[in-house]
Amino acid sequence: MKYTEGPEIRDTKAPSGPIEDRWEKRKFSAKLVNPANKRKLNVIVVGTGLAGGSAAATLGELGYNVKSFCYQDSPRRAHSIAAQGGINAAKNYRGDGDSIYRLFYDTVKGGDFRARESNVYRLAQVSVNIIDQAVAQGVPFAREYGGLLDTRSFGGAQVSRTFYARGQTGQQLLLGAYQALERQVAAGTVEMHTRHEMLDLIVSDGRARGIIVRDMVTGEIERHLADAVVLATGGYGNVFFLSTNAKGCNTTAIWRAHERGAYFANPCYTQIHPTCIPVSGEYQSKLTLMSESLRNDGRVWVPLRKNDDRAPGDIPEDERDYYLERIYPSFGNLVPRDIASRAAKNVCDEGRGVGPGGLGVYLDFRDAINRLGRDAVEKKYGNLFEMYERITGENPYDVPMRIYPAVHYTMGGLWVDYDLQSTIPGLFVIGEANFSDHGANRLGASALMQGLADGYFVLPTTIGDYLANGPYGDVDEEAVAEAEIKVRTKIDRLLAVNGTRTPDSFHRELGKLMWDYCGMERTEESLRKALERIPELREEFWQNVKVSGTAEELNQVLEKAGRVADFFDLAELMCLDALVRTESCGGHFRAESQDADGEALRDDENFAHVSAWEYSPDGPILHKEPLEYEYVKMTQRSYK
Amino acid sequence: MNLTLRVWRQSGPTDKGRMVTYKVEDVSPDMSFLEMLDVLNEKLILEGDDPIAFDHDCREGICGMCGMVINGVAHGEQRATTTCQLHMRHFEDGAEITIEPWRAAPFPVVKDLVVDRSAFDRIIQAGGFVSVPAGSAPDAHSVPVRKEDADAAFDAATCIGCGACVAACPNGSASLFTAAKITHLSLLPQGQPERLSRAKAMVDQMDAEGFGGCTNTGECTAVCPKGIPLDTIARMNSDYLKANAK
Ligand SMILES: Cc1cc2nc3c(=O)[nH]c(=O)nc-3n(C[C@H](O)[C@H](O)[C@H](O)COP(=O)(O)OP(=O)(O)OC[C@H]3O[C@@H](n4cnc5c(N)ncnc54)[C@H](O)[C@@H]3O)c2cc1C
Repeated sequence: MKYTEGPEIRDTKAPSGPIEDRWEKRKFSAKLVNPANKRKLNVIVVGTGLAGGSAAATLGELGYNVKSFCYQDSPRRAHSIAAQGGINAAKNYRGDGDSIYRLFYDTVKGGDFRARESNVYRLAQVSVNIIDQAVAQGVPFAREYGGLLDTRSFGGAQVSRTFYARGQTGQQLLLGAYQALERQVAAGTVEMHTRHEMLDLIVSDGRARGIIVRDMVTGEIERHLADAVVLATGGYGNVFFLSTNAKGCNTTAIWRAHERGAYFANPCYTQIHPTCIPVSGEYQSKLTLMSESLRNDGRVWVPLRKNDDRAPGDIPEDERDYYLERIYPSFGNLVPRDIASRAAKNVCDEGRGVGPGGLGVYLDFRDAINRLGRDAVEKKYGNLFEMYERITGENPYDVPMRIYPAVHYTMGGLWVDYDLQSTIPGLFVIGEANFSDHGANRLGASALMQGLADGYFVLPTTIGDYLANGPYGDVDEEAVAEAEIKVRTKIDRLLAVNGTRTPDSFHRELGKLMWDYCGMERTEESLRKALERIPELREEFWQNVKVSGTAEELNQVLEKAGRVADFFDLAELMCLDALVRTESCGGHFRAESQDADGEALRDDENFAHVSAWEYSPDGPILHKEPLEYEYVKMTQRSYK
Repeated sequence: MNLTLRVWRQSGPTDKGRMVTYKVEDVSPDMSFLEMLDVLNEKLILEGDDPIAFDHDCREGICGMCGMVINGVAHGEQRATTTCQLHMRHFEDGAEITIEPWRAAPFPVVKDLVVDRSAFDRIIQAGGFVSVPAGSAPDAHSVPVRKEDADAAFDAATCIGCGACVAACPNGSASLFTAAKITHLSLLPQGQPERLSRAKAMVDQMDAEGFGGCTNTGECTAVCPKGIPLDTIARMNSDYLKANAK
């Protein structure tokens, strides 16, 4: 795939000066919308996860006229609901040395120096307010006997700053946002559109002014206009087919916005989560995450010997290799995700993996149960143990869990500036859909923090500044009609092929290809292979896909086919991005770039930048945004 | 394993609907129930048939999107399990399995096994929240909460809004769903100011949606994938009575 390089891109919205003051400065300089005018301003928010749900609710509270969209039958079902482990906040309630600065530092370092300092500092600052907000809404976080909030530690941190609600933190936080959203629906400030899928962005006079959606029940194509559009449509991990994401997670909304001019940043930054339940067969439809919090008390090991097929209980202590504790003595089982995942891959590649196909490692709770008692372990992790037993038929109180890495999160996403605005004026992108805060690797419990920071606190301020600078005139009817025709044409094309393979069979093949060639380890050779294979497979898709039914009804095959079509295009850009970035950083591991110990080797001289890709029918155009570190000194990460 | 499925097919809200029989072969015991249906659907698509429409998303028991009445039981016979978490190892080779949608007047069928549960959102809209605009909250530690209360509130708050309780109830009552939210918020200090008005508004909305009354049969809690206890309903009723006495 050929690409060209365009001019550098800069984030012009982040104020300068001491980092502690930047957000205050930006808030103060942001223009305010007169309360009486807010009612006349329309904002579309696509997505009702933590980011979109909290944003729509807050914009409604502020008095804007909001339209909210999701593809599920209720906003409460967004994929955020599945987050298990917890949410970070620099509350320092434990007095264990935490601070805003430390959370900032950990996040920049955890992201392997590929995130912006200003954004991350703001995130750490705002984290504190999120917990206050959630508690006030009635989110039932875990508490101690004294009535105060409990916390736990998570990977990549040496302090205990993760707030949690048993293994269902995402659910409880999302229900808080959902309830706030429904309160605004009742108040008449938010109009809710469930079972609606966004299929295009309307750009008029260079500004985002609305969206084209399909009513997934009737098949009707609708146009919705607004003064600004917010995308909060989540991550694109499902490009790999198998991932821990919900089945409906997709790239369609952000990809189609990309085709309309929004730059796509760092598409190759993918997070592979170390603790998932291994694949059991060909029919596998998704992978299930076992929360990282389990690594607080569970110990990861494999047999010392290769192909050791003894039952785990029969392997004596001195024939076990607790490899994370051995290689990384200071962080042990709590090293960041990218490191834990690759270490698991390495021991399995050595032939020391366990379970079917040797693609698994043990996560053992024996010592924790002996130390804390079964009751205490059950209190902390009961629902996770149950979930594991349900899927595998094995009881983790007696036999160690078997886990293996799986695709989990995408750090890449649409490029946004400090205001969370994309390269299309009036298009804002929040939550996992943007690229902003996690660099090349996200720390556990930081996605929930970012989604809610964006939605409750950052976007409501910055979007006000954009709207206050309006009005932006009438929407060009031609632009709307063109977008609508584009959507209809694509649907008709999908239905017309009438081939012999289902959308899912193509998706599976694409996913396997991405996992093999652009997964945990990438090489120039593998990426070139992928870049050759993807266009061929896409060609076959458009010649041979079978979509049953019609466009004018609830048609889940048609929905799927549209999403798979976009995954092809995205997959190609991911591989290109991975090919061009010849360094290793965070979740992006290029086998050619490693140190003597096999650790990821960054190349700061050539790659201390964000890769922001512009769409062009003649091939993508790469714009680099240089990254500068004024506060955290760039060092090679070490968790030893 | 080989199975015979009898599945409810209904092309849309106005269609009368009927049971249709399908054979599924080579089912692995490690498959989930929905993966078994995926396999059948792939076959139907290629044969030019309409695949069976069903709602699903997270496939790990938390989004509340899936729900089928399997052999007459909401989410199937496995206790505390959503349809997506049900695995085929719990069925016998050669078994005949009937699959139907939630059946309740306030949950009209959209297509096949997909129903419209928007009534639940409207019950929440009526009062299932604490009124606290973003940015107005005091420090989280300003009000300690007894651990017992926080834990009990959590137990009620785990409701996933799937609607199995309604499907299982002979009266089609939504009491367990409504009571779970009322209990969650009424156990916490943050939920006190609106406690009685919330209970009244939510119960009134539940009735307005056409859900039936509760006669304490306990079918709801028996099928609830999160095991929401029946005593939440007593709490709801008591708050509702107090609200009306005012
Ligand atoms: C199993 C699991 C566990 C996790 N655990 C944690 C954790 O413990 N801590 C942590 O910090 N993070 C965790 N994460 C990550 C975190 O949950 C997500 O990154 C985060 O919730 C994403 O939130 P979001 O609001 O950006 O998007 P989502 O919650 O994914 O919401 C996306 C929304 O967009 C809508 N949408 C998408 N496409 C369209 C379209 N085309 N048209 C209309 N609507 C659309 C959907 O309907 C949905 O409402 C976990 C992730 C997984 C998969």
